[in-house]
Amino acid sequence: MLVKENPVKPTAVNKEPVNTDYEVRSENAMCVNESTLDKPLVSNIKYALLGIFFGMVLVKAEVVSWFRIQEMFKLQSFHMYGIIGSAIVVGMISVWLIKRYNARSIEKEKIHLENKRFHKGQIYGGLIFGLGWAMTGACPGPLYALIGNGATVIIVALLSAVAGTWVYGRIRNKLPH
Amino acid sequence: MLEWFKQPWPWYIAGPLIGLTVPALLLLGNKTFGVSSSMRHICAITIPGKTPYFRYDWKKEAWNLFFVAGILVGGVIVALWFSNPAPVQVNPELSKELAAYGVTDYSKIAPADLFSWTSLFTLRGFLLIVVGGFLVGFGTRYAGGCTSGHAIMGISNLQLPSLIATCCFMIGGFVMTWLILPYILRL
Repeated sequence: MLVKENPVKPTAVNKEPVNTDYEVRSENAMCVNESTLDKPLVSNIKYALLGIFFGMVLVKAEVVSWFRIQEMFKLQSFHMYGIIGSAIVVGMISVWLIKRYNARSIEKEKIHLENKRFHKGQIYGGLIFGLGWAMTGACPGPLYALIGNGATVIIVALLSAVAGTWVYGRIRNKLPH
Repeated sequence: MLEWFKQPWPWYIAGPLIGLTVPALLLLGNKTFGVSSSMRHICAITIPGKTPYFRYDWKKEAWNLFFVAGILVGGVIVALWFSNPAPVQVNPELSKELAAYGVTDYSKIAPADLFSWTSLFTLRGFLLIVVGGFLVGFGTRYAGGCTSGHAIMGISNLQLPSLIATCCFMIGGFVMTWLILPYILRL
């Protein structure tokens, strides 16, 4: 996690509060925007296009199907293991290459990857998510893809997931981390 | 060509394509792959209240909302032009088990016997859709990521916490499928 230390000790002259926005955003988040470039909102269209591609793959490979998730957890099919496994292999090689060659983004920014710190939430939260994954047959990506694909009742599942996120945010300081 | 495109894609095509999303996001704008954070941003936009966890500049994470909106549109595009007309093919063992619970409709990618508006108002459907959805949202945020953020992005970046989280996702899924789901499906 990025720790921004204020080099100047707070004195009567320097009373400006330290901006902790980045720290707040980094808490329990996997994808924190590292970019320091100020860009107009329209520049985000490229992420929408990539999302379309990703969503299409999720549906076409039936990753979004409750049946496929059942087969995975019942060890009745290799399909999902093959998908997650090969995605990790390709991701790993890509990240290695990016680090090896100090690649920069198309905006010429140095690509930066944060290390994750271990906390108990990864165990408790992971187990809770696993229970929900086998029930809905969908992790968060497929929830969006299913709604688009016409399973409109999944809107309720997504709203419920947003509610779950909200409840977590409310009680997180009472939970073991 | 179009006929082939409409078939369900095999794992060795889909998996690498999903994996390529990782470098694509990094190269496009230094973004780390993840989906579940979008639900936190939705909270931050709509009902942050006084919760410090939701009080941050969500506009800096707007890219993530564009990304998930794209995922939804991807689902629409497949439904409109590339959907597979054949029923979902599943392992015969599974269809035998599911038949005992009255799950026999394979025409939709999400089983219509479980995930439909009529099913939502049954105890079984309510548990699977509403309670299941809640656990997905609560659990992913507590764990700090989901299948994309931890299992794919995190492990790709050789993060031990992500490997631990992924193992816990799987354990939770096995416990639900083998020990709890039979009772829910029987309802």
